[in-house]
Amino acid sequence: MNKHLLSIHDVSAEDVVRVLDTAESFREVGTRVIKKVPALRGRTVVNLFYENSTRTRISFELAAKRLSADVINFTTSGSSVSKGESLKDTALTLQAMGADAIVIRHSSSGSPLTLTKWVKGSVLNAGDGTHEHPTQALLDLYTMRERLGRLEELRVAIIGDVLHSRVARSLSFALVKMGAEVTLVGPPTLIPPDAPAWGVQVSYDIESVLPKLDVCYMLRVQRERQRQQYFPSVREYARLFGLTRTRVSMLPDDALIMHPGPMNRGVEIDSDVADLPNSVIEDQVTNGIAVRMALLYLLLGGTRTDDGEAA
Amino acid sequence: MKQEGRGGVSERILLKGGRVVDPAAGRDEIADVLIEDGVIVSADASRSGASVVDADGLVVAPGLVDLHTHLREPGREDKETVETGCRAAALGGFTAVSPMANTEPVADTAAVIHEVRDLGARAGLCDVFPVGAITRGLGGEEMAELGEMVEAGVRMFSDDGRCLPNARILRNALTYAKAFDGIVIAEHCEDGPLAEGGQMHEGYHSYSLGLAGQPREAEEIVVARDLAVVRLTGGRLHLCHLSSAGSIEIVRRAKAEGLRVTAEVTPHHVVFSDEDLGTYDTNFKVNPPLRTPEDRDALRLALADGTIDAVATDHAPHAVEDKEAEFDQSPPGTIGLETALAAVLTHLVEPGLLPLARAIEAMSTVPARILGAAEHGGPIEPGRPANLVAFDPGAAWVVEPPFASKSRNSAFLGTTLRGRVIHTLYRGDLVVADGKAQR
Repeated sequence: MNKHLLSIHDVSAEDVVRVLDTAESFREVGTRVIKKVPALRGRTVVNLFYENSTRTRISFELAAKRLSADVINFTTSGSSVSKGESLKDTALTLQAMGADAIVIRHSSSGSPLTLTKWVKGSVLNAGDGTHEHPTQALLDLYTMRERLGRLEELRVAIIGDVLHSRVARSLSFALVKMGAEVTLVGPPTLIPPDAPAWGVQVSYDIESVLPKLDVCYMLRVQRERQRQQYFPSVREYARLFGLTRTRVSMLPDDALIMHPGPMNRGVEIDSDVADLPNSVIEDQVTNGIAVRMALLYLLLGGTRTDDGEAA
Repeated sequence: MKQEGRGGVSERILLKGGRVVDPAAGRDEIADVLIEDGVIVSADASRSGASVVDADGLVVAPGLVDLHTHLREPGREDKETVETGCRAAALGGFTAVSPMANTEPVADTAAVIHEVRDLGARAGLCDVFPVGAITRGLGGEEMAELGEMVEAGVRMFSDDGRCLPNARILRNALTYAKAFDGIVIAEHCEDGPLAEGGQMHEGYHSYSLGLAGQPREAEEIVVARDLAVVRLTGGRLHLCHLSSAGSIEIVRRAKAEGLRVTAEVTPHHVVFSDEDLGTYDTNFKVNPPLRTPEDRDALRLALADGTIDAVATDHAPHAVEDKEAEFDQSPPGTIGLETALAAVLTHLVEPGLLPLARAIEAMSTVPARILGAAEHGGPIEPGRPANLVAFDPGAAWVVEPPFASKSRNSAFLGTTLRGRVIHTLYRGDLVVADGKAQR
């Protein structure tokens, strides 16, 4: 493994398997009464969140705590950042305090890579702008492999605002790396014209894609995109690209429905679709903790002692 | 604006044994250049009492002229001052620069123009030809008092950094400027709504890096619009820092048609491309953005064949803390005065893409003509002011701080360039000697 996890391009196919296997062994920890192993005892993990994200921050916090690391949550509101402190100065401060790993969420693409110039510890990208969200992609892969038993040749559609989605980028890169077949679906205004160069297919017709899928992955569509005229109305978006009950019936019976959250029920996904048995949206959340434990463990080179022999 | 010979004592300098490359005279030969009281005199004249400057192995050329400089004064003296910018210019072999109008306050009145000129004269390192704003406050709405600024010495007007928002304002500016001889309107071509939010060239790399893109068509649309307005008005237009292969084709057709248009390109646009953005290095964030290698190659060819007339630096100093920020929060721009010549020599002349004489023409003779700077750009002949540069075309150096510029946001940082300015003579004054600024 590389020292940092900034992009899916930082991990090889071998690394992906290693992360998923390690996560599998950590998954069991979450089912114990005492949900803790000492693997990262004495290590410090900082959650540096420039963007609000309750679910990702809590997931990383739980992951680090279950590994017995000391966890510091640094959110920008009410901190030195709201007083105008630069990313560099914040980084140097955290460095001086001895952070072993910094988990960063930032609205500017590339900020995690910029951060590595100033800190000695590992940097984990927890979502940067419209660039990447590699831990989300890895937890999605974990969920797919757990449910379907493989990644190779899985047929996956990623549906929605691909253009602005860091999840779509990381997931596309990761699935292609693992030999899956990816189709991006959405209005042409929200699909990058150069996407085929990523090794994926593109379609503007959701109904022609659905019958062939193993995984139907819905992306959150922000209402702001309508105001920016990427599509005429939320109503028309839902009509053309939303996952409705009718469209679910076009999916093969065992196909998974996934969503990175938070969902816009009634826009990209109908409310009762999200609650169907083949919807694994809650599994994604649960698996997220185990995958992030695995990543922190592998990046920090944690050693397994006493009762933590999961690896 | 003549400067008096210091102390009234006759001063003689003999530039000895250099390779004189003088496109204005079509000359390329080993020759001596004798200077007396800031003026070139016949090399046959008595050389007694001249201080000899050895130019053996050096190229002696007319001093470089920059059509596109940001000196930040007044207003952002933390980034650059007229004096520090002029020192950077002199070290880069320039004897004239044209600071753009986007200062604080904007150079849209004769008062600000006078201030910048005076600061330049006080620094005494090169000529400073301020560019006046076309519209008040660069607002794109009301025409600034161009006539008053012409009286203050302005030859070029531009709202650089902002594109004129519609064809009507450009029409009026091009037409109104006809009242004054030799005045040029210069345009930064960028369709606002199409480029809005763009952090880099739109394409495979912008989509992969998750950075909002700015398509090349944002430039081409305005180039096409502007040239139609030139046809309408018969006006004289200069196009700033072209970046796209498509723009070049439009300019090529316009020139064939006989429209009065000139164009410039920056050293960074002919050296780098959007492939260099992979590390989110903000020194590669420039506007217009670095485009694809195909665009870059087309720019090189257009510079060689004259479709692009001149090289201009778009020297854009920014504070360290502004550039050490998140990519989308950092301002666009790279400094360029100290690296322009070496970049062109290393990346265009040395590989055989551009003859040396054409490089000097594009960096000195042609920009001097566009600017109407009669005392610059050669020819290197008796009676002419001694605005000269002598450089070692083979000397390799690594681009790294300290710079004479107050800023250090160079896209060339850490790269090795060949071609080093050894002496710069500004009106016969050795402002740079042995590679060092003399004041």
